[in-house]
Amino acid sequence: MANISYSSEVLDRHGITPEEYRRICGFMGREPNYTELGIFSVMWSEHCSYKSSKVHLRRLPTRGPCVIQGPGENAGVVDIGGGLVAVFKIESHNHPSYIEPYQGAATGVGGIIRDIFTMGARPIAVLDPLHFGFPDEPKNRLVLEGVVAGIAGYGNCIGIPTVGGQTVFARNYAHNPLVNVLCLGVTNRERVFYGRAAGVGNPVVYVGAKTGRDGIHGATMASEEFDEKSQEKRPTVQVGDPFMEKLLLEACLEAMRAGCVVGIQDMGAAGLTCSTSEMGSRAGTGIEIDLDLVPQREEGMSAYEIMLSESQERMLLVTDPEHEARVKAIFSRWDLDAVTIGRVTDDGRLRVRHGGEVVAEIPNHALTDDAPIYERPLSKPAYLKKTAAFKEDSVPPPDDWHGCLRALAASPNLCCKRWIWEQYDHMVRANTVVGPGSDAAVLRIKGSPQLLAISTDCNPRSCYLDPAEGARAAVAESCRNIVCAGGKPLAATNCLNFASPENPEVMWQFAATIDGMREACEALGTPITGGNVSFYNETSGSGVFPTPVIGMVGVVERETHIMRSGFRDFGDLILLLGSEKVSLAGSEYLERFHQRVEGRPVAVDLALEKKIQSFLLSAIREGWVRSAHDCGEGGLLTAALESAFNARLPVGFELDLRSQDPPHRGLFGEGPSRILLSAGEDNWRKLQESARKEGVPLRICGQVIPEVVRVMYNGALLISESLAELFNIWDQTLEGWFRN
Amino acid sequence: MAGDKDIMRAGVVIFPGSNCDHDTYHVLKHVLGSETRFLWHGDRELKNLDLVVLPGGFSYGDYLRTGAIARFSPVMDAIRSFAAGGGYVLGICNGFQILQECGLLPGAMLRNQGLKFICRHVNLRVERRSLFSRFYEPGEVLRIPIAHNEGNFFAAPDDLQRLEKNGQVIFRYCAEYGKVTDSANPNGSLNNIAGITNEAGNVLGMMPHPERASESCLGSVDGRGVFLSVFQSVQERARGGAAGGI
Repeated sequence: MANISYSSEVLDRHGITPEEYRRICGFMGREPNYTELGIFSVMWSEHCSYKSSKVHLRRLPTRGPCVIQGPGENAGVVDIGGGLVAVFKIESHNHPSYIEPYQGAATGVGGIIRDIFTMGARPIAVLDPLHFGFPDEPKNRLVLEGVVAGIAGYGNCIGIPTVGGQTVFARNYAHNPLVNVLCLGVTNRERVFYGRAAGVGNPVVYVGAKTGRDGIHGATMASEEFDEKSQEKRPTVQVGDPFMEKLLLEACLEAMRAGCVVGIQDMGAAGLTCSTSEMGSRAGTGIEIDLDLVPQREEGMSAYEIMLSESQERMLLVTDPEHEARVKAIFSRWDLDAVTIGRVTDDGRLRVRHGGEVVAEIPNHALTDDAPIYERPLSKPAYLKKTAAFKEDSVPPPDDWHGCLRALAASPNLCCKRWIWEQYDHMVRANTVVGPGSDAAVLRIKGSPQLLAISTDCNPRSCYLDPAEGARAAVAESCRNIVCAGGKPLAATNCLNFASPENPEVMWQFAATIDGMREACEALGTPITGGNVSFYNETSGSGVFPTPVIGMVGVVERETHIMRSGFRDFGDLILLLGSEKVSLAGSEYLERFHQRVEGRPVAVDLALEKKIQSFLLSAIREGWVRSAHDCGEGGLLTAALESAFNARLPVGFELDLRSQDPPHRGLFGEGPSRILLSAGEDNWRKLQESARKEGVPLRICGQVIPEVVRVMYNGALLISESLAELFNIWDQTLEGWFRN
Repeated sequence: MAGDKDIMRAGVVIFPGSNCDHDTYHVLKHVLGSETRFLWHGDRELKNLDLVVLPGGFSYGDYLRTGAIARFSPVMDAIRSFAAGGGYVLGICNGFQILQECGLLPGAMLRNQGLKFICRHVNLRVERRSLFSRFYEPGEVLRIPIAHNEGNFFAAPDDLQRLEKNGQVIFRYCAEYGKVTDSANPNGSLNNIAGITNEAGNVLGMMPHPERASESCLGSVDGRGVFLSVFQSVQERARGGAAGGI
């Protein structure tokens, strides 16, 4: 191919390299026209093609006895017993949420919900792991407020409870907030639907909202870094209508129940382009559509615009001739457009007509299976040498324990997030047994004895300081949280948020993350069923911490097994289950008081982790445990404070600790495989006996008492505080940032 | 009135955008054993029903104003006749807003004073025994969740005075042991009003969600009494008892 008809500016704007352009011409046997160029642009974008991540993602374990559908479809599907399956996935909507926080977050919620109900499952819960810059900066507060309002506005209106998530603050998220949203649904094993255009000749039906010019090149925008001109990208943010999606959800589920659906996929990133090419690709068929038939809400839209539009709340549905009329009737009853715009063909191509002519014709495989795959160069980051040189003894103890506790209770990362989650309707659908604020959310399934536990976790500081270890820790923590709720972890979804893959140091972080995830998922028996990769989270050269969020789903066998984090009764013993190894490396304490993110996090002993989880689950099922809480950020003392804050009674606690570590390390040092339990004195013998038999470390470290926090360390009284005062600080801090 | 009076016949209306329809249906049918069915917003007739429930949600996406469009649905005419004939109508959250929009209940709902959606458990004081609250003791404190952005009850001074004088206020936001205070008011509602009836007493609107407090696994069963009260009222009427307020 000697001449290229497009200028380098045009190719650049489309995110297509000269080499990629040559490959396109190879597949087409000619140069692509402008519409075809646009189609390749979005399908070959990082966001849609995963070109930088595929070689690494392949290393993840994706199979297991409970996995019915792994990565490759719109969501993962796992067997949860009783003839039921859980359908779930997590996705990111990072770049749009910086440009336009409300709509960026809202459409993120809308998109992931569609990914769940397109598989035939009624969505029952949403979780939102969010990452922002510190709230002392007004811009960061604006972004947070907009994002939370957007998630609330969309989720509440569509009537799906937002029951958990996390809110993490760190400097590196200031210009690159991370908004990840997980959705979980449930359906019967035999009633799962797939995004496959099966049956040559079958009608292809467009359902839902009309197509407009919003969001064009949204996928391309998500595949680039930000710079000073980022505000100009505003038109690329989609606008959501949750009411429309509520109608769409009900109509789709009704059509599925009525046996009218052969295959179905939502129109998300890259809209019509993605759904047509992917559905054809998966079924080994082709799809031909006529854009003149597509419902449009703006005039004079070109083929390019229609194919690339990311207008929300639209689905592409394949039915068969016998059911075509029924489909239309169902959607009409819900006041939605349902228009046959094409047919399934047997030629493996995406063929687009407009104004009576074929305006685009591309082999499906070129857009999907044969999209570029890159083995980006890796290079161990230079910063690691510096951060690993951390000396534990270089961290001085607090001058004043009284002030130290108050400062930690008021730390943005540790304070109560109630101000956020009370904006979410976390109770709609009347299934929320354990809601936000606990280790994992627990949802009941009406008519079934088992319940679902779900959690999203990641500690980005650990991931920055040691990507492989941080990834192992994220998987371990998410499983641990499921167990703390009384459940057995089954499988996970993952949202991998990183900076630019063209930076070898970032790619190294990514590869190490995958390796860490693989090890932990294999050791703990929780395969990855799908998820999302978001690259290019950086601005003017400054990128985010590696942030691999793990969304873990588990099953609680019955209601009596449900466990919460709050202490229950005066006199209960407080026990520490698990490892003694902690460090101030990467800790909240180190960042909060010394503004340092340094060190190497304590390594996860996966064998020990597995044993303590197994022990705890048995102990919970036996009824020997009264509360369970993962020791995470902020260390042991923070876990104890949280257990007291989450109690129903006005409890306090007394800790009596003995350790070779200096007190600030013993109390605030962080490490994996540590769980804080409480149990009635009468169950101690049984727990001790069982722990000895299982070979897990378990020791008494204190007792639940009324109202006061007392800490004895190596025999000396270190802390004596009123719990109520600390509670007020912890509870009111976040609201304080936003009261003005 | 025909029908076996040991069973209450309930209908739950589905508007486009209703979200709590299934929750309410579940409590009425599966928890309390009522003969329950769904009613479509387009239905023009209501037959063989003792209770009609307008559930919570975002009918019509809250376009224009909460409940403003739903009130024009064909089913609302049928509900108006049903209420005029003494049938029991319960509006929960968005359902309450719809009843206000179509004039079956007085007042209006403004944006929460804090300008944000609030989802949390609150305490409600039962003001008196009525057709919808006879199951409770007057002064009893209930723990029931709210979840709304526009729950700030407003009525013109004359209307407010009349409501209070007539004993139409059935539930008020209160503190843990029943004291009606400003700090216990989650949304700025006048006089801490959380639930009211019409003058005849057969139509109740309440912002909190009793259907979310009817099963122990969800944390509180204090909401059951609202449905059980209606059931009692239905039974009493069938046995020839008073149909109006008590």
